[in-house]
Amino acid sequence: MGNFSRKLERFWEIFYEYDGYQRVLTGLKNTVYIAVVGLAIGIVIGTIIAIIEVFPKYKRLPRILNGFCRFYVALFRGTPVVVQLLVAYYVVLPLLGINLPALNVCVLVFGLNSGAYVSEIMRSGILSVDPGQMEAARALGLSYRVSMMKVVVPQAVKNILPTLGNEFIALIKETSVVSFVGAADLYVAFNYIGTNSYEFMVPYLAMALIYIVLVMAIAFLVKIMERSLRKSDRRN
Amino acid sequence: MIDVIDLKKSFGKLEVLKGITTTIKEGEKVAIIGPSGSGKSTFLRCLNCLEDPTSGSIIFEGVDIADMRVDINIHRRHMGMVFQQFNLFNNKTVIENIMLAPVYLAIHDLRMKKLQNFFIRIKNAFSKHKTPLYEIDTTPQKIKEEARENALRLLRRIGLEEKADVYPSTLSGGQKQRIAIIRAMAMNPKVILFDEPTSALDPEMVGEVLDLIKQLADEGMTMVIVTHEMGFAREVATRVIFMDEGRIVEENTPQELFNNPQHPRTREFLSKVL
Repeated sequence: MGNFSRKLERFWEIFYEYDGYQRVLTGLKNTVYIAVVGLAIGIVIGTIIAIIEVFPKYKRLPRILNGFCRFYVALFRGTPVVVQLLVAYYVVLPLLGINLPALNVCVLVFGLNSGAYVSEIMRSGILSVDPGQMEAARALGLSYRVSMMKVVVPQAVKNILPTLGNEFIALIKETSVVSFVGAADLYVAFNYIGTNSYEFMVPYLAMALIYIVLVMAIAFLVKIMERSLRKSDRRN
Repeated sequence: MIDVIDLKKSFGKLEVLKGITTTIKEGEKVAIIGPSGSGKSTFLRCLNCLEDPTSGSIIFEGVDIADMRVDINIHRRHMGMVFQQFNLFNNKTVIENIMLAPVYLAIHDLRMKKLQNFFIRIKNAFSKHKTPLYEIDTTPQKIKEEARENALRLLRRIGLEEKADVYPSTLSGGQKQRIAIIRAMAMNPKVILFDEPTSALDPEMVGEVLDLIKQLADEGMTMVIVTHEMGFAREVATRVIFMDEGRIVEENTPQELFNNPQHPRTREFLSKVL
């Protein structure tokens, strides 16, 4: 046990007396930033794709749009996010001649990646809404787009909120690979502490703890949101 | 008001409507009866193009709305519809349900007018010939207030004013259906289509819904009602259409059709349900 307390002391030294805690804070900030903005982008992309996919097939929507969406989903679900990061950072952006900071590339890639997953979640959510809701809105003279946005999607979002929370949790955890392209997340911070104290046990345990707390906090927030959205189901 | 000419509708290989021709005049209350699977609901849903007709035309106020090039949304504003399953918007309170379409469409129209005025102004600046601007005599605020007042007036009429701010899940079937009816009324439609309005209701709630429909009928609203309530059809309708296997078999005044059916198929059906 004395061994452990010595390790703890070493960790504390680097964490507190050097700039360890600042790096951890930056890492935490970046992790949350990538996940939150990534999910926001993902929800926007996912909703658009889902609406395109559930659009009545015989209507005059360009087929190519549908094909593109299917290709996009296949591409981003079919490759690991690490590969997407590396390809985006070291292949696609240099080829296009765009110079973006690593953090922004990460946000973009995670946004595109979660867009593919959210589109499937959203599609099942939209299909779970009673078709009568759409019919009633259309019968009142509202257009397809407005009926979708005002009536169907809000109900779909309510239905899929737990699944969307899951996606967010998965995203938070997946961000731990962004160090592949040199973005500073939690892993980078704790690795720095470990390297400088020649001791990895405590930093990695601390990292695990932070992830757990983060995920539990999100689960709690999702539950609160769910409850407030469910008010239309409650009998009062 | 609505001229239906040789309307046909197929789902895949199954031909549900096999050529229907009829006319619905202003102020008429048309009841459509017939065995299940006879295509009466499909016919009603074709009238406002919830199902796109396979062929034939539906002339509503001089426009063929079965034509896919027509903007159906503009014409649907004037055709209310009431569904068997009520279809109130679950994510909106009762009053929001009633106000949604009128408010959204009025504000949308206002925006379009403003946009057009903007272009006309630009055009006027460059040409000698001045085009008059569209008159704008309302604001989004005013539209909302008026719609709210109208919604409350309608709710008061059916005695459900205190339910304005609750969600539909807390209401009984009869209340839901009556609200669905005034939701259609809030658009000031020229005709209301009823798709078996009482079929999903508990027997004790059928009366209140039928009473409201009858009130509207007495006020001169044009309506088309698909129904299984023969007594109601006899009482309210000015014309009854009997449909079977995708065709109109017989149509007549209720007295004639119920008391003196001409076609053997009609006789057979009526002997089963009456």
